Amino acid sequence: MTELSADVVVVGAGPAGLAAAVAAAEAGAHVILTDEQPAPGGQIWRQPWDAQPPAPSRELWRRAEHRGVRLLPETAVFGVQEARCLRAASPGGAVTIRAGAIVLATGALERMLPFPGWTLPGVFAAGGIQALAKSGLEVAGKRIVVAGSGPLLLAVAAFLKRQGAVVLGIFEQAEAMAVARFAGSLLLHPGKLRQAAALLGELTGIPGHHSAWPVRAEGTGWLERLTVRVGDQEQSFELDFLACSFGLVPVTGLAELLGCRVESGAVVVDRQQRTTVPAVFAAGEATGIGGVDSAVIEGAIAGAAAAGSMDPAPSLDRRRNREQAFARRLALAFRLRPELKALCEADTIVCRCEDVRFGALIRYGDAREARLATRCGMGPCQGRMCGPALNFLRGWPLPRPALPLIPVTARALVTDATDRTASATFFRES
Amino acid sequence: MPEMVRLVVDGLELQVPAGITVAAALLNRRLVARRSVGGEPRAPLCGMGSCFECRATVDGRPHTRTCMVRVRNGLDVRTDD
Ligand SMILES: Cc1cc2nc3c(=O)[nH]c(=O)nc-3n(C[C@H](O)[C@H](O)[C@H](O)COP(=O)(O)OP(=O)(O)OC[C@H]3O[C@@H](n4cnc5c(N)ncnc54)[C@H](O)[C@@H]3O)c2cc1C
Ligand code: FES
Repeated sequence: MTELSADVVVVGAGPAGLAAAVAAAEAGAHVILTDEQPAPGGQIWRQPWDAQPPAPSRELWRRAEHRGVRLLPETAVFGVQEARCLRAASPGGAVTIRAGAIVLATGALERMLPFPGWTLPGVFAAGGIQALAKSGLEVAGKRIVVAGSGPLLLAVAAFLKRQGAVVLGIFEQAEAMAVARFAGSLLLHPGKLRQAAALLGELTGIPGHHSAWPVRAEGTGWLERLTVRVGDQEQSFELDFLACSFGLVPVTGLAELLGCRVESGAVVVDRQQRTTVPAVFAAGEATGIGGVDSAVIEGAIAGAAAAGSMDPAPSLDRRRNREQAFARRLALAFRLRPELKALCEADTIVCRCEDVRFGALIRYGDAREARLATRCGMGPCQGRMCGPALNFLRGWPLPRPALPLIPVTARALVTDATDRTASATFFRES
Repeated sequence: MPEMVRLVVDGLELQVPAGITVAAALLNRRLVARRSVGGEPRAPLCGMGSCFECRATVDGRPHTRTCMVRVRNGLDVRTDD
């Protein structure tokens, strides 16, 4: 059977996971780095299908390779066999990975809020359309509206414009004052301020609105028309694509399966990025939404700690504290306004896996009852989409992860990749 | 011009650039990945493996997230998932 082992196993090869793998390997540990995506980089450093990966990702990966980090791409950790022993699905079959210590760097996903028509093909998550465009979706010449909330909207709009899309407008639900205050606080972070200024420069010519959000998407079979509310006015657009999401939510399923404490949706960690479970560390967006700078710092601390270094370097510690203050201001500036709860109508589908409508859910008193009665959140996505929405709409707790985290064949659950040579040639050896 | 590969979707042959994902290939032809429980057409949403709206049967493997699979010559995709 295929069993791998390493001193430190890092799950997730985004900025946090790459930084963790490098720090652990540079501290002398033998490191395995797994990611379900075909290439390292995570969300922000996702490699375009026809181009080089971004420079910071290349640089970290070069250091990782130099220290013998073994990357397992297309390898999704779907379960936990016993303490510090993970089960993963790879194209070669299922593998068991034993770890001296684990670093969880599983990142975040986008919060989607249901509104009439949001299930139409052509409606994407904001980072989602960016990811799909980087993997070959043609966006040049397409008319696209960017809506929802958070700085990600600006990054996505600028990306789409660079790809030749016609960005019709950016609609941010937060108030102009809140965003202006947040922008002002960037004076404390000169690096981020420079990036924000560059981004705004790129967006010149694209209408931007605050206190604005989508209310209705329409079309026969595909998205054709979108209505947005700006203050007390409605505007309609003919368009090809909508890119829409309302902030990010930490990915905590694997941490929960391992028994780590999760509070307010994020994995709880201490100064060394230790979770509440011995020898399990976490870093990056999984521990709270803070952006790429904080992901890299936390990853470096977690990787070194997982390899046995005692205290975080004081300079990293200071930088992390500053990033955490930034994260708190970010959450405050872009918190969701209560009016968004009225977007979802009784016949709006909330659970896309099981086609459960809002009206069917609100008959029930609590989340458990509603989920059991309607199967809401029990499809293959395990509530990753409807969970964060219902958390906002109804205050329902996020659904608990179930084994396996992703659908795998019954064979993968019980057996392993039998052909050792086949899987060994698949895994890119470093 | 990038190298092209042949993809078979529900028996229909498509020539698509090597290296793109199956999800992108379907979207570029406005082909939907699946029908929902209630019969609605659905297409990829998250692009990163969490929503499962892009799932299809790929080379006989059901429930495959097509946003995570790169096209290969002769890859067989069925949107009956
Ligand atoms: C869709 C999306 C797009 C984004 N785009 C931008 C952007 O353009 N600019 C910006 O500033 N910020 C962006 N962000 C914010 C971004 O999350 C952070 O800036 C940064 O990527 C966080 O780094 P991370 O390492 O914590 O997580 P991520 O970069 O999200 O990396 C997590 C990695 O873990 C992997 N993973 C998760 N679970 C498993 C598992 N069970 N098994 C195997 N692998 C697993 C994922 O495949 C992923 O590669 C985006 C976020 C999302 C969700
Ligand atoms: S598009 Fe969401 S899982 Fe593929």
